[in-house]
Amino acid sequence: MKSELILKKGHELRALLDSGEVSSVEVTQAFLDRIDAVDGKINAFLTVTADLALEQAAAADKRIKEGHASPLTGIPVGLKDLLVTKGVRTTCASKILENFIPPYDGTVVAKLREAGAVFTGKLNMDEFAMGSSNENSAFGAVKNPWDLDRVPGGSSGGSAASVAALEVPIALGSDTGGSIREPASFCGIVGVKPTYGRVSRYGLIAFASSLDQIGPMTRDVKDAALVLDGICGHDPKDSTSVLKESTDFAGALSSGIRGVRIGVPKEYFVEGLDPEIERAVKGAISKLEELGAEVKEVSLPHTEYAVAVYYLLATAEASSNLARFDSVRYTTRVDGSDLIDTYKKTRAAGFGEEVKRRIMLGTYALSAGYYDAYYRRAQRVRTLIARDFDEAFKEVDVICSPTVASVAFKHGDKTSDPLEMYLSDIFTIPLNLAGLPGLSMPCGFSSDGMPIGLQMMAGPFREEVLLKTAYAFEEATDFSRVPGL
Amino acid sequence: MQWELVVGLEVHAQLLTDTKIFCGCSTSFGAPPNTHVCPVCLGLPGALPVLNRKVVDYAIKVGLATNCTVARMSRFARKNYFYPDLPKGYQISQFELPILEHGYLGVNDDSGSPKDIGITRIHMEEDAGKLVHPDIPGADYSHVDLNRACVPLLEIVSEPDIRSTGEALQYVKKLREILVYLGVCDGNMNEGSMRIDANISVRPMGQEEFGTRAEIKNVNSFKSLEQAIIYEQSRQIDLIEDGGKVVQETRLFDADRGITVGMRSKEEAHDYRYFPDPDLLPLVIEEEWIDAARDTLPELPDAKRSRFRSQYSLPDHDADLLCQSIDMADFFEEIVTLHNDPKAASNWIMGYVLRDMSRDELNSVKEAPITPTHIAGMLDLIKEGVISSKIAKDVFDEMWATGKEAKVIVEEKGLTQISDTSEIEGIVDDILAANPDEVASYRGGKTKLMGFFVGQVMKASRGKANPGLVNQLLKSKLEG
Repeated sequence: MKSELILKKGHELRALLDSGEVSSVEVTQAFLDRIDAVDGKINAFLTVTADLALEQAAAADKRIKEGHASPLTGIPVGLKDLLVTKGVRTTCASKILENFIPPYDGTVVAKLREAGAVFTGKLNMDEFAMGSSNENSAFGAVKNPWDLDRVPGGSSGGSAASVAALEVPIALGSDTGGSIREPASFCGIVGVKPTYGRVSRYGLIAFASSLDQIGPMTRDVKDAALVLDGICGHDPKDSTSVLKESTDFAGALSSGIRGVRIGVPKEYFVEGLDPEIERAVKGAISKLEELGAEVKEVSLPHTEYAVAVYYLLATAEASSNLARFDSVRYTTRVDGSDLIDTYKKTRAAGFGEEVKRRIMLGTYALSAGYYDAYYRRAQRVRTLIARDFDEAFKEVDVICSPTVASVAFKHGDKTSDPLEMYLSDIFTIPLNLAGLPGLSMPCGFSSDGMPIGLQMMAGPFREEVLLKTAYAFEEATDFSRVPGL
Repeated sequence: MQWELVVGLEVHAQLLTDTKIFCGCSTSFGAPPNTHVCPVCLGLPGALPVLNRKVVDYAIKVGLATNCTVARMSRFARKNYFYPDLPKGYQISQFELPILEHGYLGVNDDSGSPKDIGITRIHMEEDAGKLVHPDIPGADYSHVDLNRACVPLLEIVSEPDIRSTGEALQYVKKLREILVYLGVCDGNMNEGSMRIDANISVRPMGQEEFGTRAEIKNVNSFKSLEQAIIYEQSRQIDLIEDGGKVVQETRLFDADRGITVGMRSKEEAHDYRYFPDPDLLPLVIEEEWIDAARDTLPELPDAKRSRFRSQYSLPDHDADLLCQSIDMADFFEEIVTLHNDPKAASNWIMGYVLRDMSRDELNSVKEAPITPTHIAGMLDLIKEGVISSKIAKDVFDEMWATGKEAKVIVEEKGLTQISDTSEIEGIVDDILAANPDEVASYRGGKTKLMGFFVGQVMKASRGKANPGLVNQLLKSKLEG
């Protein structure tokens, strides 16, 4: 029984817990044991909070008995280590925050706590969410459970790997340019990036504030919908969160996709796309058509500029967001000859290569004399990219594409060439620039057995159509598998 | 050569909201270090700012009172620089799209002609924290107090329209008065509620192009402003006349020595890398919001002064002094409502109320131990002849000391003026009898001695004799 528990998805555990067949303490212990057993290979967890988890599980059991469980009560959840957790070390996988214990909970964490979720620990990631392979963690790379030689994707690599490896049924990630969808694709799980403003960013340590969004990473669409229902909603503490009526994505999943209009963007099926991936994604689109959707080609003409725009805007925001890590607080100070020197030495020692590279890029883009050429122009092009989507979503409800042009690559393959690494996000970045919702879900496997991801995108606040389309596809296919670890 | 001074001023005014600009922490002054703080104003990772609407309300009022255009859409921007008192590594301010622009304030130039000083822009921003340096020689550390971090400020930037220290002082005084009138700033310069940076340059008289300017920081009183301008003006003129060149730089005013000293040159100037703050939405202000703010505007200082001059027939000087604060103006008007003698009310305020307020270091007449009723009651007694103006001064002091009404004091102390002719006549007779030599001299033509006799009588009556009657009686006895 215990070893079977880790195979269960969140909603399946819900049923077991509510029927009294198992307790949350048993469930939690099963997942903690799994972490013990496999995390040495994967390195998905930066902090395991076993005691806290068991305490929360006991409280959840009491709550379930008393009959007021909510969908996530008693279910283990892993948190990407950029979500601040009161009293639990939050590192952003950076040396500069190695010993940071936040005095407060972010809004999403507070909501989950309120809902009775069980926090088993904090998940590895690319340092400050900067990366596409999880090789940029100051605390070691994360391994892909499907093939330990390969990367799990990034930056929410720990979240994706932990879910794929059955260490947690549910994890939260964050997506700035694909950081939920790309690792979800590489690890064969479901990852949803909500509409910008749908989920509060309060307590999400910012990489690029105008792009970041927290989202669920789960083993199926139903869990993703349940978690999203649990974390979204207006937050008076986040000025960019949007006032919307409460949602019931989970309840609307099975309404079918007859008449849903699917767009296929021609700019996403170009040279460089792995033919196996093209085949899998096209197959998925045919499947959707079979299920009653209407398929048509659309165009997103400014796609080719997205990566350039992103690496100007995201780095510009990051250069400012990361200024607070200045040696005055949070970290071991490296004393220099004067104040400025102390800043330099501390930051040089505390930040990793990629973070430093992006801080420099962003600083440059905002500098006097360059602002107009870089930052301002990038903002204008961002508007054009958003307009592409506006136009396309007049014609269709959901746009389908590959999530990434390749399956998970090998560790070290792209570390020497940052640009090549940046291009892994070419299909995911435009959506963040437009602030729209999207997801990645498994739609096939490569000949060498690696999962292939299907990306679905929708118009603003149209998570419902997105999730029900994904659900229909998932129900009709069988790509949600478990790696043999 | 004749030189012309050119000054533009940047005034930082701390707003009197109860809570900070981007979080709910208290703005009150003097709390133990780092007690009025939360994740937001500590700049903790993950925390986000949320704009305090009251700050916008206050800004709109200031804009309306300084003839600015209120922007329907403005934006917050990040000003990036490193300093230990700046917990986020950037200050949230406004840059490209400030809330207020294109205002002006009227002053008089040195010849007395009215002129407008343009206000380029006014924007909202958060204050930084404060470094507390230990009082230990050689200490290699400082403390950071973030109570002040995130306290709301308005930065009010003038055009370089100021041409003399007189204009500069008038401009700042007027600005201060307006802020205090609106109740948005306490105007307390020595506590840092208003801080001034002055951009100063000189140019040959008649030349249109501006000279190179120096930005003088840390000008924190009217006196400092005056000194800083005078010093900087002559420093620059001397420099140019000696064949040198003014360099664009930031200089610090040293109030102890009354001079400015170089801080950093243009080359060393910060590149603040301003960009729109992605954590805050563009601020959209609807017409109704502006209208609502307009409806709550008080009568502004200039309007009040001119009304005081006409309605109460007061001289300029009186109107100016009374209208320096809204509390004092109200105090005055309440007295006049109770006792309709504006000039007398004004005289008592200017002579005694202001004197005692300054002695007791009171910021507002509201803190004074007496009310308009006290003064009006005292004026009633003078008018009715119950007390003399001289006695009234003692009564005033007693009112201030005890808070008792004039009438009560007069009764308790028996200060009622003696207007009984026979009683005064007795005293007069005694004095004349006691001073035969002076009487003879007076009658011999030394009429100046009248003052001496009056003094003696008043002394003998302990000040209570009606001075008019004393004069009259003395005159008739000495000359009759």
